[in-house]
Amino acid sequence: MSHHIVEVRDLFFAYPDGTEALNGVSFRIEHGGAVALVGANGAGKSTLLLHLNGYLPTTRGEVRIGDTPLTRETAAMARRAVGMVFQDPDDQLFMPTVAEDVAFGPLNAGLPPDQVACRVASALERVGMAHVRERPPYRLSAGEKRAVAIATVLAMSPDILVMDEPSSNLDPRARRRLIELLRSFEHTKIIAAHDLELVVEVCARVIVLDGGRVVVDGPTRDILNDEALMLAHGLERPHILRHSHPH
Amino acid sequence: MGIADWIEIGRMDELGRMDTPAHRLDARAKAIVTLVFIGVVMSFPLHEISALTPFLLYPVALISLGRIPARYILKKILVAAPFALVIGIFNPLMDRQPVATIGSFVVTGGWVSFVSIMFRFVLTVGAALALVACTGMYRLGAGLEQLGVPRVFVMQLLFLYRYLFVVADEGVKMMRGVELRSDGTRALRLRVYGSLIGHLLLRSMDRAERVYRAMVARGFDGEIRVLRRSWFRWSDWGFVCGCLAFFLAARMWNLANGLGLLLTGIVP
Repeated sequence: MSHHIVEVRDLFFAYPDGTEALNGVSFRIEHGGAVALVGANGAGKSTLLLHLNGYLPTTRGEVRIGDTPLTRETAAMARRAVGMVFQDPDDQLFMPTVAEDVAFGPLNAGLPPDQVACRVASALERVGMAHVRERPPYRLSAGEKRAVAIATVLAMSPDILVMDEPSSNLDPRARRRLIELLRSFEHTKIIAAHDLELVVEVCARVIVLDGGRVVVDGPTRDILNDEALMLAHGLERPHILRHSHPH
Repeated sequence: MGIADWIEIGRMDELGRMDTPAHRLDARAKAIVTLVFIGVVMSFPLHEISALTPFLLYPVALISLGRIPARYILKKILVAAPFALVIGIFNPLMDRQPVATIGSFVVTGGWVSFVSIMFRFVLTVGAALALVACTGMYRLGAGLEQLGVPRVFVMQLLFLYRYLFVVADEGVKMMRGVELRSDGTRALRLRVYGSLIGHLLLRSMDRAERVYRAMVARGFDGEIRVLRRSWFRWSDWGFVCGCLAFFLAARMWNLANGLGLLLTGIVP
């Protein structure tokens, strides 16, 4: 059974105060795909992401990870398959040291201590943060925190990586490193981002959300180059595409 | 200086990670001894002072063995002192029975019990802080759980600890916002403070929700798991037995008085 496929079918969600965040979202992401979710603030990106690991219960519609529909019973499985990197690394790093933080997920998965140590070492190595393993997370720079937050998720060896605004608060060099790192991952990737330049470099496919609906779903360059479409949904044609002339 | 510097966010975690003889003791051993210590100190009669003094040895030993800076612990005790003051401050007013005279100054029973309360406060809070500083909150939590303390309580304790920092962090950010827009003057109207505290609560709750979300996303199911499980060794048994024997002796006999009599040679 492959967990690498994510499928969302006709998903609706309203918050308890009545705000309708999702109004029938559907898409399917195949193994190894890199997909960006873009849209203005309040378009429903974060709400959608929270459905992908079962944090928000599916009330209407369906989310499938691999072949399994996501329910309360399968949420634990989904959380192992879907690694989620949140927008603010400070929310994600809560243990006294980097190493303990990275170990948090594998320990919860019930792995034996030697295997946990192995996972911690290789995840930190993978993001180039092995040298900060004994430091407390809140003492790190924003770029280091982001890399460690990604390591905490990698240590759980997920099949699918879900990220919310991975490049927020990063300086250009840290952002560049992040882009290279993301490009090197073979996981299925779902990235919610306002950083459209990053989207162009990392994702082959874009899903534009507006008002809780999928407005358009297709190849990154075609969609992001469509100035009228971008402006209509609170977005902008990225510079990186303005200055390159592929045709 | 902001609140962050005042409560020194994270310093306790750093201290808890050191490797010293006190840190190497099993968390359970230290927890049991500290709990017994607090119980014994509290069990003394209201007006006792001199018999309590030998108990100072335990927190001092823990602090020095754990190479914890004493200044840090003292500062933390001062932060909590107002609570004990409020409890003890009425004693001198209520109990005006004279018990001794020093020169022309008449010491009333109220003052003696007040001093006793403050001293017990310093002993117990000092011991508890020393325990956390030379164990680390997470290991302490895991130790308590191993001891059979219900998981719900351990979780409450750990979250309280974790969110203390979270709330302080939000508070620092908000105060900065206030300072930047208040012309350098701190004199705000009470109404503004009411609104600030309300916002602080809401922001902290949001933040707590996000932290919890991140924990759940990494498979958190209500159980704390730590990488380094510790075992009860001979040194732990020695520590527990030695301390308990000392507490028992100090509870039964007034060791300070005994030592004084011994030194002055007036053995009854």
